[in-house]
Amino acid sequence: MLALSSLTARPITGKNIMAKKVLIVDDEQNIVISLEFLMQRAGYEVAIARNGEDALEVVGQFRPDLVLLDVMMPKINGFDVCQKIRDNPDLQDTKVIMLTAKGREVEVAKGMALGANSYVIKPFSTRELVAEVQRVLEEE
Amino acid sequence: MNRFTIIGQRLVAIFLIGCLLFNYPLLSIFSTNDMLWGIPILYIYAFSSWLIIIILMIIVIEMWH
Amino acid sequence: MMLQGGIILLFSLAYIGFLFAIAYYSDKRSDAGRSVISNPYIYALSLAVYCTAWTFYGSVGRAASTGIGFMPIYLGPTLMVALWYLVMRKIIRISKINRITSIADFISSRYGKSSSLAGLVTIIAVVGIIPYISLQLDGVSTSFDVMWQHSELAGAIPPPGTAAILGDTSFYVALLLATFAIIFGTRHLDTTERHEGLVAAIAFESVIKLVAFLVVGVYVTFILFNGFGDIFGQAFQKPELRDLFTMKNAGTYTDWTWLMFLSMMAIMFLPRQFQMTVVENVNENHLDKASWLLPLYLLVINIFVLPIALGGLLLFPSGAVDADTFVLTIPISQGQEEVAMLAFIGGLSAATGMVIVATVSLSTMVSNELVMPLLLHFGPLRLSERRDLGGVLLTIRRCTIILVLMLGYCYFRLTGNAYTLVSIGLISFAAVAQFAPAIFGGIYWKTGNHLGAIVGLSAGFVVWTYTLFLPSLAESGYLSPSFIESGPFGITLLKPYALFGLAGLSPITHSLFWSMLVNAGGYMILSLVGQQSLMEHSQAAQFVDVYKRTQENDFRLWRSTSSVTVLRSILEQFLSRIRVDEALNDYAKKHGLDWSKDDVADAALINYAERLLAGSVGSASARVLLASAVKEEPVSMDEVMYMLDETSKVIAYSRELEIKSKELEQATSELRAANEQLKEVDRLKDDFISTVTHELRTPLTSIRAFSEILHDNPDLDVEQRSKFMAIILKENERLTRLINNVLDLSKIESGKMEWHLTAVDLKEVIEDALATLEQVIKEENIELETALAEHVSLTVTDRDRITQVMLNLLSNAIKFCDSQAGWIMVQLKEQDYTLSVAVSDNGPGIKPENQEIIFEKFRQVGDTLTEKPQGTGLGLPICRQIITYFGGDLRVNSIPGHGATFFFTLPVVSPTEAEADKEPNYASPIFANGKTNNR
Repeated sequence: MLALSSLTARPITGKNIMAKKVLIVDDEQNIVISLEFLMQRAGYEVAIARNGEDALEVVGQFRPDLVLLDVMMPKINGFDVCQKIRDNPDLQDTKVIMLTAKGREVEVAKGMALGANSYVIKPFSTRELVAEVQRVLEEE
Repeated sequence: MNRFTIIGQRLVAIFLIGCLLFNYPLLSIFSTNDMLWGIPILYIYAFSSWLIIIILMIIVIEMWH
Repeated sequence: MMLQGGIILLFSLAYIGFLFAIAYYSDKRSDAGRSVISNPYIYALSLAVYCTAWTFYGSVGRAASTGIGFMPIYLGPTLMVALWYLVMRKIIRISKINRITSIADFISSRYGKSSSLAGLVTIIAVVGIIPYISLQLDGVSTSFDVMWQHSELAGAIPPPGTAAILGDTSFYVALLLATFAIIFGTRHLDTTERHEGLVAAIAFESVIKLVAFLVVGVYVTFILFNGFGDIFGQAFQKPELRDLFTMKNAGTYTDWTWLMFLSMMAIMFLPRQFQMTVVENVNENHLDKASWLLPLYLLVINIFVLPIALGGLLLFPSGAVDADTFVLTIPISQGQEEVAMLAFIGGLSAATGMVIVATVSLSTMVSNELVMPLLLHFGPLRLSERRDLGGVLLTIRRCTIILVLMLGYCYFRLTGNAYTLVSIGLISFAAVAQFAPAIFGGIYWKTGNHLGAIVGLSAGFVVWTYTLFLPSLAESGYLSPSFIESGPFGITLLKPYALFGLAGLSPITHSLFWSMLVNAGGYMILSLVGQQSLMEHSQAAQFVDVYKRTQENDFRLWRSTSSVTVLRSILEQFLSRIRVDEALNDYAKKHGLDWSKDDVADAALINYAERLLAGSVGSASARVLLASAVKEEPVSMDEVMYMLDETSKVIAYSRELEIKSKELEQATSELRAANEQLKEVDRLKDDFISTVTHELRTPLTSIRAFSEILHDNPDLDVEQRSKFMAIILKENERLTRLINNVLDLSKIESGKMEWHLTAVDLKEVIEDALATLEQVIKEENIELETALAEHVSLTVTDRDRITQVMLNLLSNAIKFCDSQAGWIMVQLKEQDYTLSVAVSDNGPGIKPENQEIIFEKFRQVGDTLTEKPQGTGLGLPICRQIITYFGGDLRVNSIPGHGATFFFTLPVVSPTEAEADKEPNYASPIFANGKTNNR
């Protein structure tokens, strides 16, 4: 009934200029708010996309070091986004962490096969999530 | 086939009863010189048993018709 | 003087002529299709051919010396007939299917249509029956003599068999009987070898002999004497007669039992009994009534045996009169010529009946099983190439009848009057009892084989000859008496009446024991160690399993083809052209063939022809005849296996199986479809669960994340803190709502929802719902329009659930109506006993392709990123389920861009129901508990 609201992704300026950049992709507003808060607290520069289409747009402009990518989204889902990122030679260094549901080992395997660097299961522990983001970003 | 077997079994039973009635030792019980209504008791026994067998057969066979 | 020779002869001839008229009449009736013999009474009377001159004259004779010692001969059949329901029915069924013509045919057919076995059985039957025939000649000629010379009484009668042949009454009697038998039995050749006229005549004779005997009995008992008590009382006075009242003279109990057994076999296997019971049987069901009519006949005809015997002994105390003639001599001695004449006719009936049927059945056997196979095998005659073999067959039969009677006469001359009538008859009984193992084994034991039958029968027959037949000749002086007294060549162990030292039994019992031992023993042992040929195996299965099969599924014994022309020519040798045409046309009609086009005779047709032919010439001959004309193809190994593996059963059930497999196929495809459906349901269920878990996980993720954030960051400012707290609360609500929805839905779908039914005024419900949402509507600045009918009928429903539906629809309208100038309209109407409610908004509307999807679970359409409360994706599906449950309908009308209208209907209750519903306690059954389950 509702047309998709085209809320454009907006870069959020972090404190540190050298800060790593994280793109949050999720269609659940409250989850986005929590992730945004956590990433900013951890000192990252954060951008937000509310769906797959936005994500693909933002990822080119924003050039994030890491994408926190929700799998279950309408239209273009997380897997497609991940695939597109990996297909783009410019984005080879971009890390991807999939946010997925528990009990969906197939999704995990699929995500990893598509080139995701790691995955975090919802509902997640905030500390573990932050730790995982840091770990992935420190990887070469 | 049910009717067939149950009648068959009853008739076999009649056959066995008959074999019993018309053989030693039952027969020997009546082998005396006693008379009943002026008729030797052995004759009465033999003919009435015979008749009973026939009546039983009539009952079993005709009951189904 | 009434009883002059000429008059007696005239009476006899007139009686026989009358019998012939009966036979002729019933044959005509039969040809016209209105059989006179096709009823159980005639059938039972024809079976009474069992009562011969033996019964008519001999029973009295035996009773005069043994008391009730005559009875086992009738008690045995009485008991055996009780088993006929099982045994004889089976034999008749088998015989009808295989067109059996005689007992020899039956046995040979069972053991592979063996010519040798058929021949052996025929020889045993002929030799075995000769004493019996001679008994009849004895009885009839004695009765002639008694009548002839009645004035001088029986004492002056020359002992039979001593006069010169041409002066011997019994010789002429034999010729007379042969003539009758030929006239009755071999007038024409039937395909089924049935003789309706003969049966009618025999049945009539049974009536005559019964009436005659009863008249004599009544005369002796009630006229000559003063009733039973008088005769028995007088006899009791005489010590020498008193023993007849007990078992003392009736033989040992062992003999008694064996005699019963012997007569049980005789009633089944005497060739004439087999002829009447099996071959002449019109309808298997006649057996039922005959099973008690025959014993009743036997009982009635024997009631006066003892009174006549004792009366005779009282009248002729000297012993000068042969007790075998009491039935005649008592009335004659009292000058009762009419009674005597009737008795004479009765005795004649008894004897002629037996002789006619016995010789007819023997002649069939001799011609079919002995002469024909020999002639057919005897190449130079080229008999199989002659046309009209039927005439040859008839000639053979006529000659056989004469031969059998002459043999009987010879035996009569040889044995003289050394024996009583009864002991002669028992010799024949013992001979036919030899058939018992082969027949009983044949119909109940598939393993029984040809070799066993041949050896058993031969051994039994040899023992019978040695222990009964030869001694009977020896006693009359044609063999040295020392043969009996000290055994052949003085070897006492081989004494014919005490074989191997077995003494103390009567000759009959003794012979029966040994012959049955070697017969049954040989049959069983050889059957167990030997093997069956292919043909035997199939025949054995066919006989034993006859009830499981039908003629249509007949086993194909011919592994060959031939031409119809050839078959026709073979058939026409034995059957009339008309009959052959008829039979072949029948077959063609049944199998949809046209003989002008189809000339290939397949195995089934050859089989049919064989059965047709078997009806005339017996199965062994029929097979030989056809084998000469039909080239059998080699039987392949596959087919051998096929046949061996209980083939008959397989074929009998094959049609059934075919139907079953079709049904099975159908059931399989149905099952497959059902399985697909189940899989689909399962997949949907999986989808549903994963969707539900995702839907649950989303609020949970937010709640957990913000809880941890709040916990880990005590330094947060108040504003942020309360914002996060609000999110947690909101997500909590969402979670609760979701869980409730899922529970509702699963309850409705599984039928476990508790519905609280009451009569509901929908207007009230709508007003309540609007009141609940009044605040929100005001806050959102939405224009609310209502058009509710003033008075509407009540509807029976669950008030809370309908309120839930109403709230859901209104919430959706509030959520999706234009955010600037929101407008909502609620309508309530009643029409045609239906209430309809419509909720409209001025939102973006729903695309046509989505108008059904929105009612599916978790199929929200559109944006969820509004500030409005999150939908669960279950609201509309639940609403629809509720409305459907109450017999209504929930749908949506929408043009994209012009808002949407959700509307539902509910049926109105009738006034009486509504009236009842207003009562606090519901009287109507469906409200008995104030609620019902969704069933």
